[in-house]
Formats: sequence, structure tokens, C-alpha cells
Amino acid sequence: MADLSVNIAGVTLQNPLIGASGTVGFGREYAALYPLSTLGGISCKGLTLKERPGNPPPRIAETPGGMLNSVGLQNPGVEAFLKEELPWLSAQGTVVIANIAGSCEADYCAMAERLNDTAVDMIELNISCPNVKEGGVQFGTSCESVGAITKAVRAHCRKPLIVKLSPNVSDIAEIAAAAESAGADAVSLINTLTGMRIDIRTRRPILHNNTGGLSGPAVFPVAVRMVWQVKNRVKIPVIGMGGISTWQDAVEMMLAGADAFQVGAAFFTDPYAPVKILEGLNAYLDENHIEHVRDLTGGVKPW
Amino acid sequence: MKPYDVEACKILRRTVLGADCFDVMVLAPKLAPLARPGQFANILPRGKTLRRPISICGIGKDTLRFVFQVRGEGTKELAALSVGDTMDVFGPLGNGFPLDFPNLKIRRAAFVGGGIGTPPMLAAAAAFPGEKLAVLGFRTKAAVLLEEDFRALGCKVAVTTDDGSYGVHGLVTVPLSEESFDVCYACGPAPMLKAVAALCAQRKIPCYVSLEQRMACGVGACLGCATPLRWPDGTVHYGHVCKDGPVFSAADVVFS
Ligand SMILES: Cc1cc2nc3c(=O)[nH]c(=O)nc-3n(C[C@H](O)[C@H](O)[C@H](O)COP(=O)(O)OP(=O)(O)OC[C@H]3O[C@@H](n4cnc5c(N)ncnc54)[C@H](O)[C@@H]3O)c2cc1C
Ligand SMILES: Cc1cc2nc3c(=O)[nH]c(=O)nc-3n(C[C@H](O)[C@H](O)[C@H](O)COP(=O)(O)O)c2cc1C
Ligand code: FES
Repeated sequence: MADLSVNIAGVTLQNPLIGASGTVGFGREYAALYPLSTLGGISCKGLTLKERPGNPPPRIAETPGGMLNSVGLQNPGVEAFLKEELPWLSAQGTVVIANIAGSCEADYCAMAERLNDTAVDMIELNISCPNVKEGGVQFGTSCESVGAITKAVRAHCRKPLIVKLSPNVSDIAEIAAAAESAGADAVSLINTLTGMRIDIRTRRPILHNNTGGLSGPAVFPVAVRMVWQVKNRVKIPVIGMGGISTWQDAVEMMLAGADAFQVGAAFFTDPYAPVKILEGLNAYLDENHIEHVRDLTGGVKPW
Repeated sequence: MKPYDVEACKILRRTVLGADCFDVMVLAPKLAPLARPGQFANILPRGKTLRRPISICGIGKDTLRFVFQVRGEGTKELAALSVGDTMDVFGPLGNGFPLDFPNLKIRRAAFVGGGIGTPPMLAAAAAFPGEKLAVLGFRTKAAVLLEEDFRALGCKVAVTTDDGSYGVHGLVTVPLSEESFDVCYACGPAPMLKAVAALCAQRKIPCYVSLEQRMACGVGACLGCATPLRWPDGTVHYGHVCKDGPVFSAADVVFS
């Protein structure tokens, strides 16, 4: 059996598959199907200091090969997470990543501070949510703002810090480099691409928020390209995501440069997708006599 | 035991109802024993990213019955399956209808279905122990569904059509307001649910409605299927149709 473990910023994950933020909640719903220790890690639903109600429905639209969502960071707030979710989640045998968001720099810093002395294993700085009016993506689209928020949070954060990047930018490698030089321990990408669908009968956008974030297989080639560009630019670990739904996608994402990967929308198509991806990955490594999954990382041979 | 699971369910029987509805019975030895009336399944049409929520219309020992209407690409794909094909079913999901009231005197129940909201009412009526009344509303005669199935369960059945081509001309509230009952269950378009809920509120009898919303996960993980609900103190928050519902007490629902 190949060694599936990976090390991201000093944290060992038993395998490189992480449940993507916002798609697995706080883990309970999928723990009803298989132990969460099946997963290398779980990135929790984006958290804010105070509870957020989220956007009005409809929040979901299907697209060819993918979906749009405009959940808008509905979450119970960090205190409820710490009290009601974390004690259970941290006992499940998987790495716990807190995905944090805020509407100003002070919020992000306070979130990081609050999570310092908790059982959370890593922090994922969400500066790439396209579904909220303030906060989220406004911090994630220029090198200056990414550098500034990463630096500010770094000063308060004693956990390994992952910065989650938005694909809605012209040069994602530059942004990743800005995060790295401001003290990020790793970057994760991609968050969703901003999209829109319109019902031609009613002339209303399907999403009440008008626009939403695109994810699922449709975004996979964009994500692979961006991971590849980022890997060529930074030295810190890269967590790749966007449209991974099969083990072949996972291998491809790692070859592009991912040290670990997240799976999101694939949970919706098949709740067992992560189990199947890991089985397939394992078999692939064995068949090809690859001892460590990390040997795949960046293995692409570009023309 | 898992509360829900994925099963590749073989289609045992498939009939066409009216113009665009399909009545499908599948073999589901893993899921059927878990199912309760009012729950739904999330069914994956081939090639799609998202599953389609479809109510459970009938529960057998090892079978599940679904009745669905072709609305778009996904239901069209499901309708194209034949006997012997398999359906990728994730379920049973959500909460069922409360059908037992140990502390209340409930003898007669009304089951109100509007259009394609009718199928889950059949599963509920089948499980209700007391006397039952079914009030089913449709656009027109050709759209009438499951009337005989309700009769076969011993329900008193009233059918209404919007155009008067069959049964009572008008809305379900017309025959409903002439009947007496102790509890009401309803599924259908929002304006119908609102009217039924208002009638029950006036009579101070419990009313349970099954709501729809666009879904992704179907289990409460993605927070996609939000619906506005009222807390007892009157403040409004977003609950989720897949996990908190699809059945809600009408008193908690904020009808738009
Ligand atoms: C709890 C629940 C139970 C349901 N039970 C039944 C049933 O028993 N029989 C039946 O015919 N229909 C039922 N529906 C409605 C059914 O889910 C939709 O008609 C179906 O999803 C349409 O899919 P489509 O691909 O044909 O349409 P499209 O318009 O192509 O679908 C595009 C996307 O929108 C979603 N969508 C579109 N309309 C609805 C809707 N009304 N509700 C939820 N999602 C929608 C689809 O799931 C898909 O993700 C139920 C819905 C819910 C939420
Ligand atoms: C319903 C939904 C909710 C999401 N919520 C969050 C969130 O709270 N925070 C975040 O950083 N990303 C969020 N995302 C983005 C995902 O974590 C991921 O970056 C994206 O979906 C791409 O991966 P996928 O194609 O595998 O889904 C969400 C995605 C979806 C589909
Ligand atoms: S569909 Fe995901 S929470 Fe309801």
C-alpha cells in the first residue's frame, strides 16, 4: 500500500483529500455515511464572528457540468461553532480546518485570535467568497489587499494559515506570491468563479442574489491551470480544488502542483465520491509503483 | 444504522400518467425499510451534477414508489429509464409527516395535494390510522393524478380543477371548507399551501405542509435549500427544507 499521507505546513493529513468549505457543513451529515477519518481533513463552513443569516433563496442553480450557489456565508457564528460543533468534530480523527471570513480586517484578526487556543488544526482565510456584499472577495482581488489582510491576520494567528484564493483575478500567481510574502503557510485554490443564470420565461435570474459562485466539473480545467501557475510561483504548499469528482481528476490536480486537494460539489452528485476517489488514487499509486502520494505533486511534464 | 444511503435501485414497474407524469416503482431493499411518509429521495439523472428531490409516494417492504412530472432536463432523463434500468437514489431524506398524536384526539385527517404535490400525500394517507379525506386539486382533467389510489386506501376523495373540466370547479379550499377534520397535511404550490394553512389556523387545527426548494446536498450540509421560518417569538430565520423539512408545521412557515 502506498503512503497517502501528506504534510501541509507542519500538519500531517492521513491522505490528501479534504472536504471543501461550505459543501460538507461541519461534517455530521456525511459522518452518517462513513467515518470522517476517511478524509484527510475537513474545511468547515465559512465562519464569521457573529451568526449570519445568508442570502434569500433560491441559492442553488444547476449549470452544464456544474452549479451556482449563493448561500452567502450562512453560519452560526464562531462561538456556536466552538461550543456545538468543534468538540465533536475534533474527536473524529480528521484534520479540522476553520474557514474564516469577515467584513473588515479587524473581524478576520479577531476570528484568528479566537481560534488560537482551540482544537482547530488550521485556519483557511476566505478572502474569496463572491456571495457577500462586503468582506470576502473584496480582499482577494489585488496583491496589495491580499498582502495586507494576510499580514494582519498572520500577526494574530498562531495556527498554520492557509489563504484561499479567488479565481476572479487576472493573475492568480501574483496574488499567491503576495500571500506567501505576507506570511501565509499555504494557499488553497480555487474558490468559485462568479456566474449567473437567467430563467428565460420569467426573465428573473435563478438565484435571488442574481449572481453566484460556479463550481463542479465545469471549472476543473480552470482550476488545474491556476494550480499549475501558482505552483510555479510559490514555495509554500498548494491545496488544489475546483471540480474534482474522480480519482483521475485528483491525480491530475496533484500532477499540476497540488500538495493536497479539496472536494466540494462532488459530494452532492455522489455522497460517496471521496471514498471512491481515495480508493482509485490508492490503486493507481500501487499499479504505478509510486510509494508516496506526494511524489505526484508537480509531476506534470510541460511541453 | 445509517439514516440514509445511496442505492442503485432497479426499476420494477413504470407507467405513464397523463401527459407528462411517470409512476415508477423501484427495488430498494436498503432504503425502503428506512423510509417514512413525507420523506424524499435525491435522485441522480445520468450526466447531471445535482440530484433531483422527489417525494416518496409509496413505501413497500423492499420497494419505493415515485411519481414525478417532467419539468426539465433532469426529470426528462429519469422519465427515459425503462423497467430493468437502475436509478441512483439517495435517501430517504428529511423528516416525515407526524401521523401519531398520543396526546390529542385526532380521528379524521385531511390530505390536500395540489398538482405534482399530490404524490407524498398518498404515502401519508396510507400510513394514517384514522378516517381520511383527500382533497386533490389540478389544473385540468388531464392532469388529475392518483385519484383511484386514494380511494383504494379508503379515503373520501374530492377532486377540484382550475378550469372545471373535472370534479369541483375551483380551488381545494372549496371542498375543504365544507369538511370537518382534526389535522391537515398538504403539499402543492405555495398559494395553495397558504390558503390551506389559513383555513386550518382559523379552525385552530394542526396543519403540516411539505415545501420545495432547489437543493444541492439534500442532507443539510450545503445550506442551499433555505426557506424563511418564524421562531415562536416571531423573528424570522432561514431553515433548510432538506433537513428541517420538507414537512413543516404551517404555523412556522413564512408564506410569501
Ligand atoms: C422535497 C421535494 C419533493 C419533491 N417531490 C416531487 C415529486 O414527488 N414529484 C415531482 O414531479 N416533483 C417533485 N419535486 C420537484 C422536483 O424536484 C423538480 O421538478 C425537479 O427537480 C426538476 O428537475 P428538472 O431537471 O426536470 O428541471 P430543471 O429546471 O432543468 O432543473 C434545474 C435545477 O433546478 C432544480 N429544480 C427545478 N425545479 C425545482 C423544484 N420545483 N423544486 C426543487 N428543485 C427544482 C432541479 O433539481 C435542478 O437542480 C420535489 C421537490 C422537492 C424539493
Ligand atoms: C454550496 C457551496 C458553499 C460554499 N461555501 C464556501 C465557504 O463558506 N467558504 C469558502 O471558502 N468556500 C466555499 N465554497 C467554495 C468551495 O469550498 C470550493 O472552493 C469550490 O466549490 C470549488 O470546488 P468544487 O468544484 O469541488 O466544488 C462553497 C461552495 C459551494 C458549492
Ligand atoms: S440541500 Fe444542502 S442543505 Fe438542503
